Amino acid sequence: MSAQPNLPDLTPPVSSPARPPMNFGTRAMRVHFGYRKATNLLVGGLAILATVIVIAPLVAILIYLIYKGASSLNVAFFTRPPAPVGEQGGGMANSIFGSGVILTLASLMGIPVGIAAGVYLAEYGRGKLLGNAIRFTADVLNGVPSIVMGIAVYSLIVMQQKHFSAFAGGVALAIMMVPTVTRTTEEMLATVPHSIREAALGLGVPKWRTTISVALKTASPGIITGCMLAFARVAGETAPLLFTAFGNQFWSFKLNEPIGALPLQIYVYAISPYDEWHRLAWAGSLVLIVLIMVSVTLVRIFASRGVLKGGS
Amino acid sequence: MGVGILVEHLNAWYGTTHTLQDINLHIPANHATALIGPSGCGKSTFVRCLNRMHETNPIARATGTVKMGDIDIYNDASPVEIRRRVGMVFQRPNPFPTMSIYDNVVSGLKLNGFRNRKILDETVERSLKSAALWEEVKDDLKKKSGASLSGGQQQRMCIARAIAVDPEVLLMDEPASALDPVSTSKIEDLIFQLKSQYTIVIVTHNMQQAARVAENTGFFLNGKMVEFDSTHKIFTNPSDKRTEDYITGRFG
Amino acid sequence: MADRAIHPSTPVPQRTTVTALAPDAPAAVSLPVPAAPSAIRSYLSQRGSGALADRSFGAIMLLCACSIFAIVIFIASILVLRSRLSLTQFGLKFFTGQNWDPVSGDFGALPFIFGTLATSLVALCLAVPLALGVAIFITELCPKVLRAPISFLTELLAAIPSVVYGLWAVFVLVPIVRDQLGPWLAKYLGWTGFFGGTNFGVGLLTASIILAIMILPIISSLTRDMMTAVPTSQREAVLALGATRWEMIRIGVLRNARIGIVGAVILGLGRALGETMAVAMTIGNHPVISKSLFAPGYTLASAIANEFSEATGDLYLSALIEIGLALFLVTIVVNAIARVLVWAVTRGAPARVA
Repeated sequence: MSAQPNLPDLTPPVSSPARPPMNFGTRAMRVHFGYRKATNLLVGGLAILATVIVIAPLVAILIYLIYKGASSLNVAFFTRPPAPVGEQGGGMANSIFGSGVILTLASLMGIPVGIAAGVYLAEYGRGKLLGNAIRFTADVLNGVPSIVMGIAVYSLIVMQQKHFSAFAGGVALAIMMVPTVTRTTEEMLATVPHSIREAALGLGVPKWRTTISVALKTASPGIITGCMLAFARVAGETAPLLFTAFGNQFWSFKLNEPIGALPLQIYVYAISPYDEWHRLAWAGSLVLIVLIMVSVTLVRIFASRGVLKGGS
Repeated sequence: MGVGILVEHLNAWYGTTHTLQDINLHIPANHATALIGPSGCGKSTFVRCLNRMHETNPIARATGTVKMGDIDIYNDASPVEIRRRVGMVFQRPNPFPTMSIYDNVVSGLKLNGFRNRKILDETVERSLKSAALWEEVKDDLKKKSGASLSGGQQQRMCIARAIAVDPEVLLMDEPASALDPVSTSKIEDLIFQLKSQYTIVIVTHNMQQAARVAENTGFFLNGKMVEFDSTHKIFTNPSDKRTEDYITGRFG
Repeated sequence: MADRAIHPSTPVPQRTTVTALAPDAPAAVSLPVPAAPSAIRSYLSQRGSGALADRSFGAIMLLCACSIFAIVIFIASILVLRSRLSLTQFGLKFFTGQNWDPVSGDFGALPFIFGTLATSLVALCLAVPLALGVAIFITELCPKVLRAPISFLTELLAAIPSVVYGLWAVFVLVPIVRDQLGPWLAKYLGWTGFFGGTNFGVGLLTASIILAIMILPIISSLTRDMMTAVPTSQREAVLALGATRWEMIRIGVLRNARIGIVGAVILGLGRALGETMAVAMTIGNHPVISKSLFAPGYTLASAIANEFSEATGDLYLSALIEIGLALFLVTIVVNAIARVLVWAVTRGAPARVA
């Protein structure tokens, strides 16, 4: 535009007396600008302060946990069931084992269903009304309180069988894993380029085989990440186990009997009046946190390595 | 050995867009046939109709008859069976990122359940040699991922992958458009050699490429096939004014 | 265009051997069929179309996807079924009755509803400004080096189990509220009436603080997502007008992301409403309605956690399950609203799994 020679120059010359150059030096402007700068600094400071306030409890919890928990950890903690009230010693071996049993059951039930649902959303339900409805339902289900899962499974399984069981606990946690696994599987499959599905289809590979051996396999690091995230999330759940797995002071090796779980045991000990039990609650929390943090950190490492190295 | 393809009254749609309008064409066996035309003219849709890849898009559909040898591909067989007989090379190299070079080449066999080790080994060597890639990769067939090769090598690997299933027809959708000139010339040499064994249909927007590799050329415009003739005739004495405008660059 | 510059006069390269095959060449091509088809070709051609396997695979995937519907329907119907007794006996009065007396069989859930709303709202008041501050710090102000560690730390905060928060609150937070924060609040804000009465350390205030800590990560990480979803051009446009950094954040980022941020806050509310263990350990568990935040209270979730296993009698159990049903329905609605708002901002990019 400026190259047009015969257009009149509409901008007044800067030095024109009719319109003096903009003056940033008036008192009002200086005050206003000072005010703006001050607000800017203030908000920046507040943001930093907020971050510090948020990080503080985390650091406090971790330090306190390590301080209280590590001093109570010993071999007996990992090898012995709880000692009777008043006796020293004892551990949480049966609860750790019980958590393992319940989480294995939950993973065996929740992860396959979750992955399959994610496959449906990514490979079959894209843009379909049903697909969107399922995606939305999964997101909403993700926000349903865990205690509600607990009483729903209690009403279905425990009331029918008339006794608490490890199996019921597994079902409650499995239900909680499904939406998380579904959504991550879907997201990870969406990152697999369409072109490599076409490559497989073009070779005469049926769609089911393409989905399993090409799409899912390519997305597998991300899907494993999602499963571990779901696992870590339910590993610390207490509320859904209160009326399903119920907890057990003794060893239990049967799926249709009440079984101990680490978070349950921590809860029981934390609200007890005995110092010895408080000590064990701290130790149990430390073990639980380490378990969860290790899996979350592994997830971070997986995720930052990138799902599709070199794939295009 | 390749088979000829006979296309009659082929129509294709994407949603409500009529992308191919009444295509009639005979593609001779064991020759290379080039399809040229401006982007969006329907030439890619056309080759995707030849192996029924077109219908993998949920909003797409096609009508008409396509005969490959004596098989009517839309009536006599399932898409999966057709695609096993018709190899396809895509515009961008699309190796399977999780597979080694070896597995990439025989993926069409392995993913279809073929397990004979000896034949797989032979096929890898034969296909990679046909694709002129054997010498470059023979030492790390199982060590390197298919995605670690250069773009040109990846595309030749994709060609090897397509011919590993011993197809009768090889469809190439702008196989060199994402490659550098050196890789492009290697791909063209390859097409030149392969056409004695396969019926090759190559889509290209590069007219020199069509002139170099194909015996016959079809010109597509706005979903219609304007002209189909020997490459020599198309480039020297086209019978349609629109073809002449396009190849002389006076198009539009 | 170079590749179009072929003139009719351009000689066709030598090696092109033109076999003059006219388009109307005979249709029936005589094919030199190879004497013996290769092992590969004969294997592939006897291989079935896989149509049956394809269809069953698709059906299984669909079935699993529909199981998500099934789970929601199953939870809703089993809760309705098991709370029938209480539903028919009390009707809507259940939610307005102030009396929770298992001995005389009189159940009113208003104290629980009050406790839930009070703790959640106070928690939101505490958490939202902090979460916004963290999100602003991480997306706009933080040096690149610190960005990953800080967001990692806030995510770790989300990974700590509820029961561990509860344990920490019982032994660390409760004494602080009882001995330091409580007296201070009573002295300076006692006139508001919110901080009166005896302060035992356990009560609405402590529960709200621990809830705030627990919902912070989800609000701040979602807010961060919403803020990163605002295109850079919006920021640059505001900066180019001479705005300070804060003005840029306020006008360029927050205003564009506000719907999503509201969604994130509502999602945090959903979490707070249903949080059970940490609250049950710190709220005092006494079904009363009182103005002071020092007073003990009870929430819907913590009532279920505490009383469910000792519920004697069908009516008692059924009343507790009705509380669960109410919690279920409320969180479904709250989450649905939040998701719609979040989707409105991140449409296109799939929502992050929180």
